[in-house]
Amino acid sequence: MATSLNGSKTSDIVARAQALFDDLSFTSARQWKAADPSRKVVGYLPIYVPREIIHAAGFLPLGIVGGGDQLEVIHGDAYYQSYICRIPRSTIELGVSGRIDFVDGMLFPSICDVIRNLSGMWKMMFPNVYVRYFDVPQNYRDDIGGSYYVNELAELMHDLGKLRGKPITDDELRNSIAIYNENRRLVRELYEFRAERPWQAPAAEAYLVLRAGLVLQVEEHSAMIRDYLAAVRNEERPRRDNCRVVLTGVFCEQPPLNLIKSIELAGCYVVDDDLLLVTRWLTADVPTEGKPLENLARTFLHQSESTAAKYEPDLKEKGQHLVRAVRRSRAEGVIFACPSFCDPALLERPMLQHVLKDAEIPYIAFKYAENSGQMQPIREQAGTFADSIKLWSGA
Amino acid sequence: MTIIVTPKAGPAKDIEKDASMVKQKEMMAAHYDRLTNVPQTGEKVCATFVPGNLNELIMCFDLVNNLPEVNAIQSGLRRQSGAYVLEAEKIGHSEDVCTYVKSDIGMMAKGNIGPNGKKMPDPDVLLLSYTGCFTFMKWFELLREQYKCETIMLHTPYMGDGKITKNMTDYMVKQLKEEVIPKLERVSGVKFDIDRLRENLKKSARAEDDLVRVLQSAKHKPSPIDAYFGGIYYIGPIFGAFRGTDDAIDYYSFLRAEVEERIAAGKGPVTPDGDMGKEKYRLVVEGPPNYTNFRQFWKMFYDEGAVVVASTYSKVGGVYDLGFRHDPDKPLETLAEYCLGVYTNRSLPMRIDMIANYLNEYEADGLLINSIKSCNSFSAGQLLIMREVEKRTGKPAAFIESDLVDPRYFSAANIKNRLESYFQMIEQKRAGGRAAA
Ligand code: SF4
Ligand code: SF4
Repeated sequence: MATSLNGSKTSDIVARAQALFDDLSFTSARQWKAADPSRKVVGYLPIYVPREIIHAAGFLPLGIVGGGDQLEVIHGDAYYQSYICRIPRSTIELGVSGRIDFVDGMLFPSICDVIRNLSGMWKMMFPNVYVRYFDVPQNYRDDIGGSYYVNELAELMHDLGKLRGKPITDDELRNSIAIYNENRRLVRELYEFRAERPWQAPAAEAYLVLRAGLVLQVEEHSAMIRDYLAAVRNEERPRRDNCRVVLTGVFCEQPPLNLIKSIELAGCYVVDDDLLLVTRWLTADVPTEGKPLENLARTFLHQSESTAAKYEPDLKEKGQHLVRAVRRSRAEGVIFACPSFCDPALLERPMLQHVLKDAEIPYIAFKYAENSGQMQPIREQAGTFADSIKLWSGA
Repeated sequence: MTIIVTPKAGPAKDIEKDASMVKQKEMMAAHYDRLTNVPQTGEKVCATFVPGNLNELIMCFDLVNNLPEVNAIQSGLRRQSGAYVLEAEKIGHSEDVCTYVKSDIGMMAKGNIGPNGKKMPDPDVLLLSYTGCFTFMKWFELLREQYKCETIMLHTPYMGDGKITKNMTDYMVKQLKEEVIPKLERVSGVKFDIDRLRENLKKSARAEDDLVRVLQSAKHKPSPIDAYFGGIYYIGPIFGAFRGTDDAIDYYSFLRAEVEERIAAGKGPVTPDGDMGKEKYRLVVEGPPNYTNFRQFWKMFYDEGAVVVASTYSKVGGVYDLGFRHDPDKPLETLAEYCLGVYTNRSLPMRIDMIANYLNEYEADGLLINSIKSCNSFSAGQLLIMREVEKRTGKPAAFIESDLVDPRYFSAANIKNRLESYFQMIEQKRAGGRAAA
């Protein structure tokens, strides 16, 4: 069994990440908070929030991405019609059932109208929690979208300072930016490593390690990635004759872990994806010198991921991020996995498919829900896809 | 989300005499002719959305305003949308997404024939007024892919905290000044003249005054208007291509006079079958209507003596009854405030307040929610809205489901049953009230 530099075994690291993933009561975050009465926890939904600001207040940013396939939704369904995706109902379930009753604030990013409206519902249902709809600019000029965004960030910083009882200083924020830069570098390293040797870092494992970053303190998460990378680098794992795919559409409601596993078992190594984008939304280091809010804003505007929730001002650029992801990771195809009833993913899908067609990149598509149980059809579809890719590449 | 209905043939005789209806019909016909005559006239076309429709500004550049939502409605009313939606699904659009988009895309795929039977023009510019609905962004990205024309994003921040901040208006005004206006100048070749904008805004405010009088006439008993089914006609010109025109001023002054006459005569609303009978139930409705079976849907109400006295759908293209008017003295700020204030850009608590107030101010018997499969902007959270409004007002609420322009989601029997039991519930509540008194 492979071990990391500090001696952790791959299996131990993954087991720890799996335990965090399975824990629907967020025990580790609860324990972190209980250790010091001044500590607070601020939750956030997909797709992106500047966690640096929460961290700078000394708070724990806690990623909430629904309830997965293990949470029994008892109350949540009473809040949503059948034709709305599942993540808001399981998130409500987490709230109503008291599983996140230790959370002091909740941020709802501008990803779609469901999460947008959920911000208002949260205000009504949990009046003692600090709730903010976190709007981001769709205009990417520094003097327009940038200055709007800086002011929005300043308001968030001010509010969290108030929640703490002491304003957040620029130095505190700079320090947090440096810590998150480091975390993002490690996440990128993990992605590069997996793209290089996907059999060494199976998608489900990489996902669990990444996902741990939603509930752990960032410093602890960085250590976990480091350990994981060291452990899997030391280990020779069996290599399968899989094709290489980019998985896309999975940026909000999470696919069941089994779905990710099924794709690989069916013969497709996932070499890139848009899972948990918050962990690598900013694609370059945020400068730590100068004005921290301006730095966060500028990086957001000019060096951040592309996704359906973001307007692409340039027609020629539309969808090219996906083509680039395919080229960068030397993928042979793309799997579109979209949550049922997800407007962003499903409205975006045809545009991305047109771009892939032009670039002669094969793809398949299916839908899922976070609690989908039946993996057989997905396995079959992915298996056929893998076979046909091999056939094409052999031709 | 949107409105604008061309009055169709078939209503009772006295309706046809109404000056406002004649006027609206002429306006709409002329507008569609103007659009389809573009190849001859050389006019340029600007496509945009009803919520966040900047008609006053668009007119400053001599552009013709084309609203794809309105085209989808027209297709729905003409029972063509079903085939368009299927066509869009056939070419790869998911069955799960908004049917307005699919109706529009299907219509394009099938030759883009407008309601006047002629080919609709390609847009010269897509003004992506991103207000109150996520789908808008993808819709125009999809159209841009097709038309490859200039696309202008105007981002309206959401009123998540129930207020408009200076940062929001500054951001919008800057976008207008630095992005929207220069690009519209470039596309149209017309120089921006702020005085022309002021003139248009002045006209908007006049029509808005009259519209509000019309909408608020429903406080009378009996209500002289139906503020949902009828309301859809009334908001047509102001939500569409006519806000800021003399035509709209005329239309709303005719309409207002007619409504005042109805009040004086003690009359209820006009329906497709003529004057409505005795007013038995007064309702507030939240959510868009169904257009594929619009007449059938309306009939389920007026046959039972149910009149809608206030609706939220009639606020998607602008909320005027809470005081907002386009203000020529601050021309760009007012456009920003207009966009920020449209109904679907308001937070859920704001929507709940608005609905609860309507129930009280219009002395309604209850709230009916028509939940639309297409529309997350409206629909996500409606069950909470329903419970909260019931709790606050003590008045009964009911929930039905349909879709805007997808006939597959209109189940007449289910809706009728639901409505009948709802009316019974109101009766029981009244009987209970009387017994307790
Ligand atoms: S899954 Fe899609 S529609 Fe649902 S909340 Fe997330 S982004 Fe919105
Ligand atoms: S989602 Fe709703 S508001 Fe948006 S275009 Fe569709 S029907 Fe209109």
